[in-house]
Amino acid sequence: MKLFPVRGGVHPEYRKDRTSEAAIVALPLPTALYLPLQQHIGAPAEPVVAVGDRVLKGQVLAHAGGAVSAPTHAPTSGVIEAITDVAAPHPSGLAQRTIVLLADGKEEWAELPAAIADPFTAEPEALRRRVAESGIVGLGGATFPSAIKLGLGTQKKIHTLLLNGAECEPYLTCDDRVMREYAAEVVDGARIMARILGAPKVVVGIESNKPAAITAMTEAAKACDNVEIAAVPVQYPMGSERHLTQAITGLETPARKLTADLGVVVHNVGTARAVHHAVRFGRPLLARVVTVSGGAIAKPGNLEVPLGTLVSELVEFCGGLTEPPRRIVNGGPMMGQPLPGLNVPVVKGTCGILALTAAECDEQPPGPCIRCGTCVTICPCGLVPVEMASYIRKDNLEAAAKTGVMDCVSCGSCSYICPSHIPLVHYFNYAKGAINAADREKRKQDTTKALVEAHTIRVEKALAAKKAAAAAAAAAKKAAAEKAAAEAAAAEPTADKQANP
Amino acid sequence: MSALTDKSGPFTHAPTSVPKIMNTVLLALAPATLFDLYLFGWPALFLFALSIGSCVAAEALCLYIGKRPYQPTLSDGSAVLTGWLLGMSLPPWAPWWVPVLGAVFAIPLAKHVFGGLGQNVFNPAMVARVALLVSFPVQMTLFITPHPIFAAGSPGFAEALGITFGKGTLDTMSAASALGYVKTELSRGIPVPESIRHLPDLLDVGLGIKPGSMGETSVLLILLGGLFLMARRIISWHIPVAVIATLFVFGTVFNAADPARYAPGLFHVLSGATMLGAFFIATDYVTSPVSKQGQLVFGFGIGALTWAIRTYAGYPEGMAFAVLLMNALTPIIDQQFRPRMFGRTRKGEPLPLKGEQ
Repeated sequence: MKLFPVRGGVHPEYRKDRTSEAAIVALPLPTALYLPLQQHIGAPAEPVVAVGDRVLKGQVLAHAGGAVSAPTHAPTSGVIEAITDVAAPHPSGLAQRTIVLLADGKEEWAELPAAIADPFTAEPEALRRRVAESGIVGLGGATFPSAIKLGLGTQKKIHTLLLNGAECEPYLTCDDRVMREYAAEVVDGARIMARILGAPKVVVGIESNKPAAITAMTEAAKACDNVEIAAVPVQYPMGSERHLTQAITGLETPARKLTADLGVVVHNVGTARAVHHAVRFGRPLLARVVTVSGGAIAKPGNLEVPLGTLVSELVEFCGGLTEPPRRIVNGGPMMGQPLPGLNVPVVKGTCGILALTAAECDEQPPGPCIRCGTCVTICPCGLVPVEMASYIRKDNLEAAAKTGVMDCVSCGSCSYICPSHIPLVHYFNYAKGAINAADREKRKQDTTKALVEAHTIRVEKALAAKKAAAAAAAAAKKAAAEKAAAEAAAAEPTADKQANP
Repeated sequence: MSALTDKSGPFTHAPTSVPKIMNTVLLALAPATLFDLYLFGWPALFLFALSIGSCVAAEALCLYIGKRPYQPTLSDGSAVLTGWLLGMSLPPWAPWWVPVLGAVFAIPLAKHVFGGLGQNVFNPAMVARVALLVSFPVQMTLFITPHPIFAAGSPGFAEALGITFGKGTLDTMSAASALGYVKTELSRGIPVPESIRHLPDLLDVGLGIKPGSMGETSVLLILLGGLFLMARRIISWHIPVAVIATLFVFGTVFNAADPARYAPGLFHVLSGATMLGAFFIATDYVTSPVSKQGQLVFGFGIGALTWAIRTYAGYPEGMAFAVLLMNALTPIIDQQFRPRMFGRTRKGEPLPLKGEQ
């Protein structure tokens, strides 16, 4: 298949061989599951169960809380222990609303929605609703509710569903293993998604460092004439939605537009498998595959984990820590989030848990920039990181925004390659946060201003109306008085006449 | 237990560092330097050691005055590289105070006044060379023919001490560099082809068996060093190719128009500091543009200015001046020549969707 060049990128040391040959193992059911209401982008889910309720496996625990939201289901049967604040899998370690489910070990299934026997004759909207009801979100880590992305087909003409199996992050092998072990499920899920989108074609993009996955997927796609497998070059960040789209279709997504505007929708391979389960068996999203790796993990591996399991249980299952890790990362080492500890739950977006040693992190105090320009050469977004960072250091966020900091995808290539170990992405994330906050503040002020103005106008109008009414009343009164006077005057002579005949 | 959450990713790093880069550059310079030291013997060795030593000492002094930590800066290799390049740009038998004064120009004045590593606008080694050349034209243009170390007629250790620290070079030993010779002869009305005939042939020029500053000889070894840097991805091809190609094209075109007045392109490329300048001076990270487009413009400017200075100005060699002039333009080039942002036009507007516009 013809591929197209993508600008920049780096070739980090992949270190995938530690887990790439480790088959997916199901983690034994833990005793307690912690299910945050916010495991996705959008509004948090709203609980529909109460403390003390007994729930069955697959039962809805919380409904979608808005137009952009996703429900959460019980990964196993048990009793709701609490709905309380629990530390979130987030760098801040702040607590968030979480349903705590004590497993009873019976794995008793709830009554699931009926399987859709032939999805290729079913209504696309019915399929899409099934995806929405099943709580499926982007399992590549973005956690955007999948049903919304699948609804894009009704608004735009979609010609290609791009299945993202690039897995360009070092260490992570969960997508690789899913493609190798469940290729048929992934392909079936992808075809269902293509049906929902009305996309005539499916292309699966897989980095060429996963030959076994490419073979397995090619084999599984053989029977379908509209599914193609593309071996894309090993070039971080190939798994970025826009860059993968460019590599495979040659189309460059305009800034502030979606790939869907070009007729391409991108979904992760794990998401496709979840769609297959939801449509073919009515099974909601209850578990996901997580790569547990890093130099401090005794026996790295790929685990199929019930959502809500504490990270500490995964680490324990993998033989525990051999040394105190320098960093615990939720996701890959390039774009993953640092975690303060192991007592946080696995959520829908957790694709990897890495316990990295100091040697692996190779952190050094930042030195002065020597303007080597490597960050400019490798930036996949065509930005000038060195310049943006110098603006941000002076807190000149306006100049940083003008030079494109909001177009940065935080892929981390510049920080990774910087010989002076300058944490460039840290600067950019700070700037993006500050600019977004300022925008929100400005929007709020604008709204307030608009409201105040509307209020003033309303008050003025009311006042004017009152005045007008008063004036009208006065005028009416006057007119009435005049009329009365006139009448009186008219009547008077008569009266006079009458009085003085 | 708790792990650090004090910064954003990535939590892995490429095996690069500033000292590694500097050391690779030094390694690339080493063959040419060793050959030069062999060619010009003990005095050159003293001069070279003095140049590096005084640059490092000047750096340490600046750090002391600025109350900055010594260790990270002194060990990054940047002062050594500046001293190294300064040494290579001096006449090999110059007296001791030339490199010492050069270090004062290079480190405190050209580098630390601007804020130290990464902050300087001008290439420190070239600031030093130009300041010395303008201030001491005699000492800075007193070249000698090669006197290989240990060869008959070459100065011994003691004699060399005298040359570097004592009375200086004997006038009888002096010789003009190729560029200087052509320029002088031209000013006497002797056409270029005639004077070039009296110079060592281009092969010798290429191998470096000719008078000149240390870095002006051994073009071949400098070229190999430059190619090594490219292979190691320390530098890209943009600046060197732009410099050399521009110089070659200007030389060739004007030579074709008037061979008596203008030296040929290949002569320009192989003589003087062209190779050292193109691969090691112009590519200095700090003072060159960061984008590839900018680097091409920068290289073109250096090539054109070098050619113009060599051809029309009073100085026989123009590389150092050209580099400094283009250094001054680097901030503007950086502003004007930047990569196109993903999904945007060159002007920074979002790309139009098909059917829009």
